[in-house]
Amino acid sequence: MSILVNKNSRIVVQGLTGRQGTFHAEQCIEYGTNIVAGVTPGRGGETHLDRPVFNSTHEAVSQEGADVSMIYVPAAFAADAILEAADAGIKVIVCITEGIPVQDMVRVKQGLRDYQCRLIGPNCPGIITPGEAKIGIMPGFIHKPGRIGVISRSGTLTYEAVYQTTNNGLGQSTCVGIGGDPVRGMNFIDCLELFEQDPVTEGIIMVGEIGGTDEEKAAAYIKEHVSKPVVSYIAGVTAPPGKRMGHAGAIISGGEGTADAKFAALEAANVRTVRSPAELGSAMQEQLGR
Amino acid sequence: MNLHEFQAKGLFAKYGIPVTKGEVADSPITARAAAASLGGELWVVKAQVHAGGRGKAGGVKLARSPEEVERAAAEMLGQRLITKQTGSEGLPINQVFVEAGSTIERELYLSMVVDRASERVAFMASEAGGMDIEEVAAKTPEKIFTVSINPGAGLQPYQVRKLGFGMNLTASQMKQFVNICNGLYRLFVECDLSLLEINPLIVNGDGNLMALDAKINIDSNALYRQPELFAMRDITQEDEMEAKAAAHDLNYVSLDGNIACMVNGAGLAMATMDLIKLHGGQPANFLDVGGGATPERVSEAFKLILSNTSVTAILVNIFGGIVRCDLIAEGIIQAVREVNVSVPVVARLEGTNVEKGKALLADSGLDIMAADDLTDAAQKVVAAAS
Repeated sequence: MSILVNKNSRIVVQGLTGRQGTFHAEQCIEYGTNIVAGVTPGRGGETHLDRPVFNSTHEAVSQEGADVSMIYVPAAFAADAILEAADAGIKVIVCITEGIPVQDMVRVKQGLRDYQCRLIGPNCPGIITPGEAKIGIMPGFIHKPGRIGVISRSGTLTYEAVYQTTNNGLGQSTCVGIGGDPVRGMNFIDCLELFEQDPVTEGIIMVGEIGGTDEEKAAAYIKEHVSKPVVSYIAGVTAPPGKRMGHAGAIISGGEGTADAKFAALEAANVRTVRSPAELGSAMQEQLGR
Repeated sequence: MNLHEFQAKGLFAKYGIPVTKGEVADSPITARAAAASLGGELWVVKAQVHAGGRGKAGGVKLARSPEEVERAAAEMLGQRLITKQTGSEGLPINQVFVEAGSTIERELYLSMVVDRASERVAFMASEAGGMDIEEVAAKTPEKIFTVSINPGAGLQPYQVRKLGFGMNLTASQMKQFVNICNGLYRLFVECDLSLLEINPLIVNGDGNLMALDAKINIDSNALYRQPELFAMRDITQEDEMEAKAAAHDLNYVSLDGNIACMVNGAGLAMATMDLIKLHGGQPANFLDVGGGATPERVSEAFKLILSNTSVTAILVNIFGGIVRCDLIAEGIIQAVREVNVSVPVVARLEGTNVEKGKALLADSGLDIMAADDLTDAAQKVVAAAS
């Protein structure tokens, strides 16, 4: 088992024929991901990477049975691509694109209320169920099928957690990179809920960072609803207030969003926190060994 | 991207929001001429810098004659203004805004932000204007009224009434307030703002509402479709190193320490700073070379961090996913040779082709210490820096 995506997922790539889309879709196919189609408006009827290209996501759904979308279109067109995927009936939309204007995302979130679907991202590495489906830009080879669910706002920091749990033999059930933007799709809580229900997932690693109050809300949720052990690290203890640290969402403002406040909230919810990201894997091993 | 007050007020005027008459000046003489052409008996001379807290720092001065305006402008122009928001370096004052003075009956507060909790634009108002709003929020939260705007329906009259009655406006002020709010929301959406703040919005001697200050922040992700606003960018108000980095697609933030770091990915870059601190060192910067780090970018990044003279050691931390470690290693070697790096370098590479990358570093004959993991890297660089 896993969450959201598996070997039966049928993936359409929006922006397949672009440079980024081609490069990353190729890697996904190599990993064994079941990519069934691509969408590039105006290129319908062509074949790219041995997959049929359609003019619309609707066609990819009706003709190839796509149920998951991976979006690589440029930022200016990404909001449209997300809403098109939702309207086509896609159930899991993974938007890798970074740099989407925040007010576009405000409108997208309002628009998505009309549909029963999940959005992951934008500005994220994607989602992977090791050995089954890699939908995103993460390096496939560091993953290993296993028992840990990983949720993270940051890409390369997710890889650290993944690599450590691969090396100590725990492996991962599914890893979700929820992205570094202030207005985004799935949040920590949405993923925690799914991992709690997933029988294969035995422990959850949650990697947060400064900015916003999502980690605090996740802590409150964990206290009430999560029975599995959770290990957490928050990046940005040394980040100065008022400075945007790379991600649009990573900024301490108005005394809100500090790493210390997040660590405190998580500890109050009995989450095992680590002050060094190098200890995520070993801490999880300890939690499971108890 | 930030705008100056005079630029923000120009936008306000375009959207029908009442502002006091004013002119921008870049010399004492033009400031004096501006005062004369504005007329009246009282003027305010305001330093144009991208920071709040100008009043307390001496960046806002009252003048009762054009000569006084000239003198106030002469005192400010060419200086650096240090406010509680600028850091110890301050920001250069290249322009002043000369405004007609106003009589102030009441000081109110208005702001709009993209609120990440509600995922909508939030509109906030308070009758406790002219003060630090964070202090108001902490001490008298009942004085702050907030509405959240549905992007489909837009700002509704009942929401404006809630804010207006919350600030105890009179009936005739309420009419003006409706126009102001509608204009501000239109401005916020059409110009892709991420923050808009008026502190204070005043009730003047005639009982009319007027924006006395204006702070505007534009979403940098949206600048591609806001060419007119992008043209208003003033790079003299930005950190020189950070601007240089941005030109090379690098994400850089200066810090006070002596250990420079170069990392791929924002989260890992923050984590690397934290690790340095955890092991007893002080990070000199945040630097994200991006997911697709190339040898050229690595080279530019070295040049950038070495232009900070307080750096005594460098930590390179790359988790090569899609990027190959041997390519990164080549970039490091090339940069260390080219840039003539004279401080110790610790490199931690992980991911694709890591063995090849490590071998390249070891065989380069350069003084580059390889680290096995995150902890080892942090310990080595802290030891090397001291």
